[in-house]
Amino acid sequence: MSSLIYKHRFLILRRISQITILLLYIGANLWGWKILQGNLSSSSLFETVPLADPYALLQIFSTGAIVAMDVLVGAVIVTIFYMVFGGRAFCSYVCPVNMVTDLANWIRRRYQFDKAEKKWWASRNIRYWVMGLSFILSFALGTAAFEIVSPVSMTHRGLVFGMGFGWAAIVTIFLFDLFVLKNGWCGHICPLGGFYSLIGRFSLFRVKHNQPNCTLCMKCKDVCPEKEVLFMIGKRSMSVNMGECTLCGRCVEVCDDDALNFSIRDFVKKGEDYEVEQS
Amino acid sequence: MEEKKSSQISERRRFLIQMAQNVAIAGVGGLLWSAYVDEAKAAPLILRPPGARREDEFISLCIKCGLCVEACPYDTLLLAKPGDNLPTGTPYFIPRDIPCYMCEDIPCVPPCPTGALNEDSVMSIKDGEKVFDITKMRMGVAIVDMKSCIAYWGIQCDACYRACPILDKAIYLEYRKNERTGKHAFLLPVVDPDHCTGCGLCEHACVTEKAAIRVLPREVALGEVGKHYVKGWDKSDEARLKGSAGIETTTTERSKKSAIESLNEGIDFE
Repeated sequence: MSSLIYKHRFLILRRISQITILLLYIGANLWGWKILQGNLSSSSLFETVPLADPYALLQIFSTGAIVAMDVLVGAVIVTIFYMVFGGRAFCSYVCPVNMVTDLANWIRRRYQFDKAEKKWWASRNIRYWVMGLSFILSFALGTAAFEIVSPVSMTHRGLVFGMGFGWAAIVTIFLFDLFVLKNGWCGHICPLGGFYSLIGRFSLFRVKHNQPNCTLCMKCKDVCPEKEVLFMIGKRSMSVNMGECTLCGRCVEVCDDDALNFSIRDFVKKGEDYEVEQS
Repeated sequence: MEEKKSSQISERRRFLIQMAQNVAIAGVGGLLWSAYVDEAKAAPLILRPPGARREDEFISLCIKCGLCVEACPYDTLLLAKPGDNLPTGTPYFIPRDIPCYMCEDIPCVPPCPTGALNEDSVMSIKDGEKVFDITKMRMGVAIVDMKSCIAYWGIQCDACYRACPILDKAIYLEYRKNERTGKHAFLLPVVDPDHCTGCGLCEHACVTEKAAIRVLPREVALGEVGKHYVKGWDKSDEARLKGSAGIETTTTERSKKSAIESLNEGIDFE
């Protein structure tokens, strides 16, 4: 049992983090808790600290609107936080859609979809195109274009303020990830994840690969939702520096050989040093 | 052989075609997306919270956080859900269900982080200080349907008038003789858009099955006279004419004489 917990320690931490944040928001709306009010688009912490989604704010800027101070401060706080602690930590520790797509992924692995399914190929850069498009459309239509269709905000807002037909968005993403494209939403399309990838490009916390310990079992690549970030597995010792890494820690958990661990990004060492280390 | 095959298409062409493909896919997606957004953001009949800016500004500023909704002590404000056929995530209210009770401290407006709800629009200056003044909000305006309002039938009902928080200003009663009975009076509710805040307490109070007095957005319900009509009897309105071009009395060959003289000119009356 304890080994089971140990093997899922980050997953458990993430679920606790996701659900706690969700509960605080729900409590604020239903029972008037004054801890975390609003939703992931913009909120206020202890009725004093504003927090805001910087991507939503950029879309609002694109419409040409001039915003009040609160949301600016909030977006700066959030941006700095994820710049330091890892951009896509938002995806794996906060975003409620992550639980849906993780479930789809789990079912995929459990029933070995990979072996039987029809495979589609899609670029993981779609999200950056969607992001660029969202700014253009916000400008053209005078409203934050992704916010009005975002299944992420729809899900979160639905859980806090009432779902309506919002469940349809959740089901769509679930089915899409399960049957159409592996890691389809979070790993290919979601521009919010793309945005946080960019923010977290130089963040402090990173997963680090220790090549000499690696036995090439590839369990890490199996569970990784963004497996292109693990290109160095079995090849070089280095930290996983790509912004697309969500810091979910699944690779660290499944590794039986202590070849992957969380650590601080090494800013000094560059690629060539690793080559030397290896030889 | 291999080399020759790949050299049939130049790198330049490959790049251009693939780029064109990407742009075209983005274009298709963008068009579909924009068509949806354009439909989804249009809600001409929606009633916004106190202090909301004009709908087009509001819809670009609102970040859909729901802080105004959480601040409302009466649960008047709602966040539009998918399926409500309103711009999702934006706040609105349905006065027939729960009207706005016009809190004097206006708890819903200050939490707005983006300024989509404009604090200054619901403030007035009292003793040199800015204070909240909920009577300045303009969420909509009440409109009476004369045919279904029973007061217009001659039945005495002043439910809306009594419910109005700015009674005698926003809604006043007009008395008219009931010619049908010959000895009774109509007590007719009349709305003055200059004072009506659109709180909807009247719509909430209305006794008919479907309210005979309803709140509509001001842009929908109210007309506009245009600049060229001036209230000549109103000094402040007439002041608008001062300095404007084209209102000096011009003299032409004809207007030298009086109008009658000009009209009668050249006619032999003998």
